Amino acid sequence: MTEQEGGEGLAAFAALFGLDAPAQDAGAEEGGKRGLFRRLKENLTKPRQAISPQLAGVYQSKLVSEDTWEELEEALITADCGVPATMDLVEALREEAGQGRITSGPGLARALTDEIGNRLASEPPRIALGDEPTVILVVGVNGSGKTTTIGKLAHQLALLGQKVVIGAGDTFRAAAVEQLQVWAERSGADIVRQSPGADPGAVAFDAVVAGTARGADVVIIDTAGRLQTQHNLMEELRKVHGVTGKAMDGAPHHVLLVIDGTTGQNGLSQAKLFSEAVPVSGLVLTKLDGVARGGIVLAIHRELGIPVTMMGVGEGVDDLQPFDAKGFAEAIFSPDSGSGG
Amino acid sequence: MFDALSDKLQGAFSGLRGRGKLTEADIDKAMRAIRLSLLEADVSLPVVKQLTTAIKERATGDEVMSSITPDQQVVKIVNEELTRLMGGANVSLAMAPNPPTVILMAGLQGSGKTTCTAKLARHLLNEGRAPMMVACDVHRPAAMDQLAVLGEQIGVPVHLEKGSTDPVAIAKDGIAAAKRAGRDVVIVDTAGRLTIDEEMMAELVAIRDTVKPTSVVLVVDAMTGQTAVDVATAFQDAVQFDGVVLSKLDGDARGGAALSVRSVTGKPILFVGTGEKVDALEPFHPDRMASRILGMGDVLGLIEKAQQTVDVDDAKRMEERLRGGNLTLDDFLEQLRQVRKMGPLGQVMGMIPGFSKAAKMKDVDVDERRIDRIEAIISSMTMPERSRPDIINGSRRRRIATGSGTTVQEVNQLLAQFKQMQKLMKRMGKGGMPSLPMGMG
Repeated sequence: MTEQEGGEGLAAFAALFGLDAPAQDAGAEEGGKRGLFRRLKENLTKPRQAISPQLAGVYQSKLVSEDTWEELEEALITADCGVPATMDLVEALREEAGQGRITSGPGLARALTDEIGNRLASEPPRIALGDEPTVILVVGVNGSGKTTTIGKLAHQLALLGQKVVIGAGDTFRAAAVEQLQVWAERSGADIVRQSPGADPGAVAFDAVVAGTARGADVVIIDTAGRLQTQHNLMEELRKVHGVTGKAMDGAPHHVLLVIDGTTGQNGLSQAKLFSEAVPVSGLVLTKLDGVARGGIVLAIHRELGIPVTMMGVGEGVDDLQPFDAKGFAEAIFSPDSGSGG
Repeated sequence: MFDALSDKLQGAFSGLRGRGKLTEADIDKAMRAIRLSLLEADVSLPVVKQLTTAIKERATGDEVMSSITPDQQVVKIVNEELTRLMGGANVSLAMAPNPPTVILMAGLQGSGKTTCTAKLARHLLNEGRAPMMVACDVHRPAAMDQLAVLGEQIGVPVHLEKGSTDPVAIAKDGIAAAKRAGRDVVIVDTAGRLTIDEEMMAELVAIRDTVKPTSVVLVVDAMTGQTAVDVATAFQDAVQFDGVVLSKLDGDARGGAALSVRSVTGKPILFVGTGEKVDALEPFHPDRMASRILGMGDVLGLIEKAQQTVDVDDAKRMEERLRGGNLTLDDFLEQLRQVRKMGPLGQVMGMIPGFSKAAKMKDVDVDERRIDRIEAIISSMTMPERSRPDIINGSRRRRIATGSGTTVQEVNQLLAQFKQMQKLMKRMGKGGMPSLPMGMG
């Protein structure tokens, strides 16, 4: 499969993990490939949720005037990009326009999606699998969608023939372990769990040890949701990370921060403070339902350079996908995504 | 992150003092600062526009133009406008004249509905009511288990039907069960839904039409960004909610969503969720929220935080000892730990107005490490040394320094500072308490 097709279907996950794409999937791939972005675009084109009227105005304008820039600025703000990232983007595009490369609304639209796509794609995030289990630690604030993300990820890995062990490290929230258990059963993954209130570090340690012993390809460790300002809980997270490293040198190999797509500027604080506690290597942007446009990843990328690894656009098990910067930019900001509304 | 609006306005008005009158350009500069500040606080753009128009109108009036401190005047106006928009004093939850009162919970996935359901139940229980919770989330795996566990924790019965996929039927049975059991409030927890999911919205409407709730409560995550307006509108169109619970306000989110939701739907915010524990639910205070959105520090929040984390008995005991003028190094250590329990120093200080500007937060981290060392030094002392620091001679100092991994100079410094503090305490005698957490006890 080619690179620009990345971001769709199981093949995209295969690419993310450096695995061979499943051959028999060629036919189904066609459906899955369109699936994600079609769904996202469909969501966006529903009348009430149509992309901000400002952006539709931008795309229709024949000339690029001062009003156009103001409309663009407002559209980006409305997508939660935040003021500094918005200013950056507008400034970059203004420069291009100054050099005569952008002269019309549609031209500006293309330049915008290109610019966003290029920015977010600057570091293609990849989770390489080796001989030893690859350990992924999943962190985030309450309700961002960690457990669901893990469930879906385990499912995709299982489809790719990978053996997955899940560590049920959220020992705090009532029934979090049960929720994960249901997901593990659906995808045939092993789950390592302890009783409620158990030490999450111990669960993480056990999961890595079990993963190694059982010859797992991937060990995914769940953690309890915590607000980034809760000092003690962030210390606990630091400890979970450290203990994981004691179970296996170099583990966890990846730390994924899950961010709710409806999050506003607080997402920046989340990324900053979680990164201070543990080395966040990638973002998972969830619940992009068309109303939520997830522009906060631009703000985070601008400030901290953390790449987006995956995105979730719906509730189905296939709605979690490796992140594709260009596809994201087009689905969220392109003229045909919502100007009809 | 805490760029208080007042700092920004001071910047916008700088060079103005002594010049006298404000010009149109000055006001525009100030309006831009206000606009950016509100956007950074996640207030939705249409609401920001509406607000800045109202503020500009007032700001061009005489009270500002002729003021010697225009920045403060403008901050005052902004604060007033925000408070007004959020609806003045706090509103309480309506109860049905004929029990049971039925409360229907709604919200996006992950907004905190199930947790808020339990918090609300516990709140009502404390008010002397007999609540029951009904678990209608048949979609998220183990959501029913979560509510069951929470119910057990707080001692509130939960109606659930394991294996059922019909939330409308569960809701109906739940109300009937509550009536039979003589419960006077029924809180119906529902599945989280995406706003664009019409099927799920239809399900929520079906539940509402069946249980005919006294109130529909929308749970909104305080960290929500610009979409707060769309979310509120979607739920308003579908189920006409009556009030809002703003969840996860214990973080550092400025919470502009509160303003957006209120402004677009006119529905009051009833409660705010302020922590992990089931009792962390508080009435909503518009004035405090206004200060928070403006990033002007939250003194009341700080006081409450201190009250939450400081053990009242500990504080009392210490206060008594202090009144006797006997401050020991042990007390000092305990104090340090109490303050640190409130969170990182930088964050605690960020809640103090003016500090966000004065102390650039990065420098505070350094102090944090120094406090680590102080803790280590005191921890390396014996009990008699801690209560009678006078006995700490040269050889003891060397031992303490080695034990704590510090230097003799650092030990000396600490002892000298402590001695000064002791003197100060004695002089204060029966006067007020100088340090923060004790004063809060």
